[in-house]
Amino acid sequence: MPDTLTAPIKTSTGRALRTEEMVINMGPQHPSTHGVLRLELVVDGEIVVDVIPHIGYLHRCFEKHAEHMTNYQQVIPYCDRMDYVAAMNMELGYALAVEKLLGIKVPDRVEYIRVIMAELQRIASHLIAAGTYGLDIGAFTPFLYMFRDRERILDLFETTCGARLLYNYIWVGGVSHDLPPGFIDKAKAFCKYFRPKIKEYNDLLTFNEIFVKRTANVGVLPADVAIAYGCSGPMLRGSGVNWDLRRDDPYSIYDRFQWQPQIGKGEMGTVGDCWDRYIVRIREMEQSINIIEQALEQIPEGDVMSAIPKRIRPNAGEVYVRTESARGELGYYIISDGSTSPYRVKARSPSFVNLSVLPEICRGSMIADVVAITGSTDIVLGEVDR
Amino acid sequence: MGLLDKQFNNSNVIITSLDNLLNWARLSSLWQMQFGLACCAIEMMATAASHYDFDRFGVIPRATPRQSDVMIVAGTVTLKMASRIKRLYDQMSEPRYVISMGSCSNCGGPYWEHGYHVLKGVDRVIPVDVYVPGCPPRPEALMEGLIKLQEKIRNESLVKKTT
Repeated sequence: MPDTLTAPIKTSTGRALRTEEMVINMGPQHPSTHGVLRLELVVDGEIVVDVIPHIGYLHRCFEKHAEHMTNYQQVIPYCDRMDYVAAMNMELGYALAVEKLLGIKVPDRVEYIRVIMAELQRIASHLIAAGTYGLDIGAFTPFLYMFRDRERILDLFETTCGARLLYNYIWVGGVSHDLPPGFIDKAKAFCKYFRPKIKEYNDLLTFNEIFVKRTANVGVLPADVAIAYGCSGPMLRGSGVNWDLRRDDPYSIYDRFQWQPQIGKGEMGTVGDCWDRYIVRIREMEQSINIIEQALEQIPEGDVMSAIPKRIRPNAGEVYVRTESARGELGYYIISDGSTSPYRVKARSPSFVNLSVLPEICRGSMIADVVAITGSTDIVLGEVDR
Repeated sequence: MGLLDKQFNNSNVIITSLDNLLNWARLSSLWQMQFGLACCAIEMMATAASHYDFDRFGVIPRATPRQSDVMIVAGTVTLKMASRIKRLYDQMSEPRYVISMGSCSNCGGPYWEHGYHVLKGVDRVIPVDVYVPGCPPRPEALMEGLIKLQEKIRNESLVKKTT
């Protein structure tokens, strides 16, 4: 910080002017907080001294609902509604956890369908993240471009299960519907269509001078701090830590595909700045396309539901399963007491943990940068508050 | 309602012509309060984006309640949020309208039974003009809701209703 900013301000008579910190309230209704987050900013002039996030404006009682459903399958729609931007990833985590509790293996075709859906959803989620991030910074056009392409992914989902946003598609032991005729070709056509679009985003937004100036060297999150706070997903990889559960703790069939986790390298500024977190998402979309293309080639014929009874009764016990959702490590901790409904379901949500590091990286930045930093963390409040 | 609304006892050619003009102006540029709560907000964004283009109805998102005409309550209203929504509604200038988007803000939706922190319908705190069902409603459904609101505005009058 330059001395001119910290030096006491003098009045015309030479007396030091009394200055004090000011508290500014940002949210819960604010266009850049990505939902109903409330940030209490303690500012010294234009410089942020502290940020205190207040959450709970979207607490929708997920755990209570999970305990009160009459069976395990009924929890899945509530999983959808936790992270509504990446609903398929949320379903996948829950289904894998219950399947591990039951000790069953699903047919190969199911695994492939799940991976294809999860990766398509990851692209859709990153498109929203990058599009709204541009919107926060002041670029409106990329938002329109990215939503245009997201609609194509939603069309694929819609032909498969009839829903655009919240699917209830991945069920315990399988998926609700088989892929419709012609899906494989449509998905391949989408991959072919989407690959050149990434370059378009880069030309529009990523290397835009104003965008780079607003995001490079802003909100630097060092790798050790990120690990200490338990950050995960693009937030952690943006800080240069090469950690992706799809590769490092493979679930489902992710070990069968060739792809590379993307990390921030500090190309525009420091490693772990907002630009790095943003570029990780853009490059991950390309890797997801790689995975989808391989899965579409390899997908076998077969059943889409394993033979399990309608009312499942897992043995008493507990299980923790972690998956890589679009926002990071999504964990489900399920306790079963041997009845038809779970005794307890605890979700370890990536957004909540990623949000906790916000005060650490906002300190010392400008007020306008708080918007850039909050956007780059890509939180979904439904998942923070659950 | 606005300053002149329901101030006249008898309709005449001037009042009814003024009615038509005011209603046309109001329904053709309904500025929407940019205010997303939950899942439905993503569909609201999709409606505003390239594929569905909410702009053609004259709907432009505004970030402040003071400049907006219609509040689209998109998502679950929790008890903690309810008082804030009431305050935002109070800050809007008249004439103001409310579209309740999605089952959650209509009646609590999937959270109606066990949602101890969910308000069972936003109409418990603010008056609602149009309810759009769905979880979440498709963009087409939201557009239908807006057209219904436009129909409602078209039938408003400066004349007091005699009952």
